Amino acid sequence: MDVQLKVRRQNPEAEGEPYWKEYALAVPDHFTLLDALIQLREEVDETLSLRCSCRSHICGSCGMRVNGHANLACKTKLSDLHTDTVTVEPMGNMPVIKDLVVDLEPFWKKLYSIDPYLQPAGEVPEREYVVPADSMLHLDGVVNCIMCGACVSDCESLSVNPLFIGPTAFAKEYRFVMDPRDAADTQRLMQMNGPGGVWDCTHCFQCVEVCPKDVAPMDRIMAMRKMLVDDGVTEKHNGARRQKAFADLVGRYGRLDESRYLMKSVSMGELAGYAKVGLRSAMRGKLPPLVPHRIPEAARIRRIFERTRSTHRRRFKLHQQAQEGSRV
Amino acid sequence: MTTYAFYPGCVAKGGAPELYQSMVAVGEKLGFSLSELTGAACTGAGVISERDPLAGDVVNTRTFAMAEQLGHPIMTICSTCTGVMAQVASRVNHDADYRAEVNQYLSDEGLEYRGTTEVKHLLWALVEDYGLDRLKDLVVRPLSGVRLAPFYGCYIVRPSKAVDPLTAGREGYLEQVIATLGADPVEEYRGKDKCCGFPLLETNRKSSLALTGKRLDEARDVSADALVTPCPLCHLNLDGQQPDTPTASTQDSMPILHLPQAIGLAIGIAPERLGLARHIIDTKGLIRKLAVAG
Repeated sequence: MDVQLKVRRQNPEAEGEPYWKEYALAVPDHFTLLDALIQLREEVDETLSLRCSCRSHICGSCGMRVNGHANLACKTKLSDLHTDTVTVEPMGNMPVIKDLVVDLEPFWKKLYSIDPYLQPAGEVPEREYVVPADSMLHLDGVVNCIMCGACVSDCESLSVNPLFIGPTAFAKEYRFVMDPRDAADTQRLMQMNGPGGVWDCTHCFQCVEVCPKDVAPMDRIMAMRKMLVDDGVTEKHNGARRQKAFADLVGRYGRLDESRYLMKSVSMGELAGYAKVGLRSAMRGKLPPLVPHRIPEAARIRRIFERTRSTHRRRFKLHQQAQEGSRV
Repeated sequence: MTTYAFYPGCVAKGGAPELYQSMVAVGEKLGFSLSELTGAACTGAGVISERDPLAGDVVNTRTFAMAEQLGHPIMTICSTCTGVMAQVASRVNHDADYRAEVNQYLSDEGLEYRGTTEVKHLLWALVEDYGLDRLKDLVVRPLSGVRLAPFYGCYIVRPSKAVDPLTAGREGYLEQVIATLGADPVEEYRGKDKCCGFPLLETNRKSSLALTGKRLDEARDVSADALVTPCPLCHLNLDGQQPDTPTASTQDSMPILHLPQAIGLAIGIAPERLGLARHIIDTKGLIRKLAVAG
């Protein structure tokens, strides 16, 4: 098959600005994008830089943006792309070293910031830690992370907020906070509630979409938001207030009333910053009605909320079991 | 003609009344038969499920069960509602055990969901059920000469496993509709499937406005005249918060149209009936440009 590759080239060391270069290649139908890039480098343009190793989506080295979205080049079959021209760019949210090679240093820094290792409490057992299988099974997806950086590349929050700890590190944080053997919950929960924490995620699903291993980092971030509220780590954070405001309003009226929602979700000080927005909306006849619409039988919605919440289960932790056992 | 169980969503009934107004006007002209689900609750917009995933699934399954009783597919006019419902449907439609668990919470009001309700955004219904040829036949004032960039809203494109399970190619629908209306759909606009910043508004307003501003700057970079969105939550930020975005004071303002408003303009509905005067960002310049071109 014939393929047109449009590659974003750059050599910052030579103070070069980025530019696009197009290559026409004839390749076998079964080729992946990585196969094509290697052929390109070996036969057409030896100056092209890219990073790769295993060629079987295990090592996570060949992350790059393909037609605008991060993926592994070795997992991308050219025949699956259905585009005449394939655009290839370095991953986003990371500095470019050269062409398709990015500097992963900021990526590793964020990962190390969450202490990505097991921190058990108490005596180290003579043999292995024994945990019920059920308490580990749900970690099955999240331990598949190969640290390729695809989720960080396409993270929308990181693109405007460098403080945000980000999807890879938070998926790893979840992996430990949900691990029955790990006992550093307090420290981990405090960190994820702080600046750059889980409340800074913009819920755009980019990380879920681009992850080549179905780790679903955003789903883990949402689960940790719930943990922060369920464990009583925060009631005051706007994120926690927002959850409560949403459930209160929908439980009362059956639908959301945006102005009341905002008033209940942010502090008085912050609310002043929205005065202009409110005024502008009022002048255009956009403010929601003073008495909110209520759906018929709205009380049923509150009843659903009350009943489902009673089914919540605490997560299983070995050290808590030990403490509770010692009190008995 | 397909009848839809119409689910307008909270924002069309609250902070963006012009969306509801324009949908009703456009629906009449297109001949859509809309039976509004007045008893259905909010989808939770991702926030209910953040606090309590089971509650989110139960409340949306309740809506599916109501539509199933009516025997109609659901039609929404909000990307977020569509996406939340699609995610819930992907869990309850094909897993009878989980559906039974969810149904337990609905039995006291005599509801039981059997897993058959289809959920469609107006955008999907237009392309898949109504047909772009029929829409084209109704265009009396082609929007020629203007560049209308598409802005999908995250929930209607991701996660693709939930929102696009059967129909490959939904990612280009908005461009196709814009082109059918006679406008240039600005294919090169990179912001089209990115985040408007709305979900961060209460927790990190600075980042929220930075994302909104970024999407608007990207639209200015490709000389768009306006954006068209199927998502009223995106509209709340792109239009409502636009004056507070970082580059607003030094850049031209960017009008933001709801999808039914763009359709309405092209099929000859007066701008006043489409609620265009209710936007924060003035749409008069855009309407003038359309009048000159038309």
